[in-house]
Amino acid sequence: MSILAAESENPLLPPVGEIIIGLIAFAIVLLVFFKFVAPRFEQVFRARREAIEGGIERAEAMQAEAKAALEQYRAQLAEARTEAAQIRDQARAEGQQILEELRTQAQEESARIVARGEEQLAASRQQVLNELRTHIGTLAVDLAGRVVGESLDDEARRRGTVDRFLDQLEGMADGRAGATVPEGSR
Amino acid sequence: MTSSAQTLGTVLAVESGGGDGFQAPGLGEFYPETVAEFSLLGVDFAITRITIILWIATALMLAFVIAASRKPQIVPGKLQFVGESGYSLVRDGIARDVVGPKGIPFAPFLAALFFFILFNNFMAIVPFAQISPMSKFAFPLVLAGICWVLYIYIGIREQGAGKYFKDILFLPGVPKPMYILVTPIEILQNFVVRPFTLAVRLFANMFAGHMLLVVFSLGAVYLFQVGNYSVVFGPISALMAIVMTFFELLVIFLQAYVFTVLMGTYLNGSIEAEH
Repeated sequence: MSILAAESENPLLPPVGEIIIGLIAFAIVLLVFFKFVAPRFEQVFRARREAIEGGIERAEAMQAEAKAALEQYRAQLAEARTEAAQIRDQARAEGQQILEELRTQAQEESARIVARGEEQLAASRQQVLNELRTHIGTLAVDLAGRVVGESLDDEARRRGTVDRFLDQLEGMADGRAGATVPEGSR
Repeated sequence: MTSSAQTLGTVLAVESGGGDGFQAPGLGEFYPETVAEFSLLGVDFAITRITIILWIATALMLAFVIAASRKPQIVPGKLQFVGESGYSLVRDGIARDVVGPKGIPFAPFLAALFFFILFNNFMAIVPFAQISPMSKFAFPLVLAGICWVLYIYIGIREQGAGKYFKDILFLPGVPKPMYILVTPIEILQNFVVRPFTLAVRLFANMFAGHMLLVVFSLGAVYLFQVGNYSVVFGPISALMAIVMTFFELLVIFLQAYVFTVLMGTYLNGSIEAEH
């Protein structure tokens, strides 16, 4: 009977076959743990740690980025403001310049107009003077001829001559001033 | 037929045979009939139901850990969480905290040890198996032997053969005359007592646990059978069997943990020169 046979065995003296079976079983377990289970768990532990630390890092990076963006935005705003001010100043300066230019131009224009007027005036005066000179010359010669040609007997004659001369002068002046008045009619 | 069932048969036969009182289960419990027997290279292999239980427990354990770690997610599922908790218990609780800062590489070994013992021990209270392969001395002995080789090898590798053995032979910080006393103890302690206690502790716990369960279970059956006033004590025996089953559950976990923790402290002693 197997039980009786077993009773004689010492439980602290195991058969070699059992030891080998135990060795094989545990060797397989070790292999699986070293090759499969442990690497995967270690990997997931690492991934988890990285996920936590990475999350914090990412948040910090994001904050820094946001800060940088704000700085940039502020810088751009300030830049835009100064630019606007510059443009305004420039425009004002340009306006001033244009005004100045216009003013000098106008002054020049008026000066030129005045100068031309004066020139014309001087020219027409010269013309009148020239004309008068020639007329006065001829008139003086004419008058002198008449004075010399007619004997100056009496006062009356003299007066008549002078009157006629003056009339003639007057008529000349009239004829010159208004062409509508025909010569010799009065 | 299991050996317990055989004993049960003897217990039941008591009544009809008008026999000689309660036949307590004996060592026969741990030597069930061989299912298959063969000889390989001069070594006899006797495959018994305990061997088969060992393979089943090991296969279940491997299936569980592989399933738990097959597709590890950062946010674990239920199965992965259970597997991870067990692995972390050994990795952080023993490899890192007991072995020390250099201990993490030993985590797979310690975890294999822990899971292997735990699942095999658990067979002690699984219905129809109801015996732990660890109650066969061969299996704890194999584990203790591997641990023995490993912690001596690690000691030599980490400290150098000279320093490792010198520290064991002449414990630092002990007055010289005391070496007469301390050195033999240390040699015995490191090379004999440690592996032997490691193996015997696990073996004896599972062995005794199984014997307790069998005695109380068969006792209950016997007391119900015998009649007379014994019927009164039958339920008490049955209740004890149930209570002892829960106690066994505690022992199953505790022995697996203790074995692994002790191996952790031995490894710690091998890695760190300080005793």
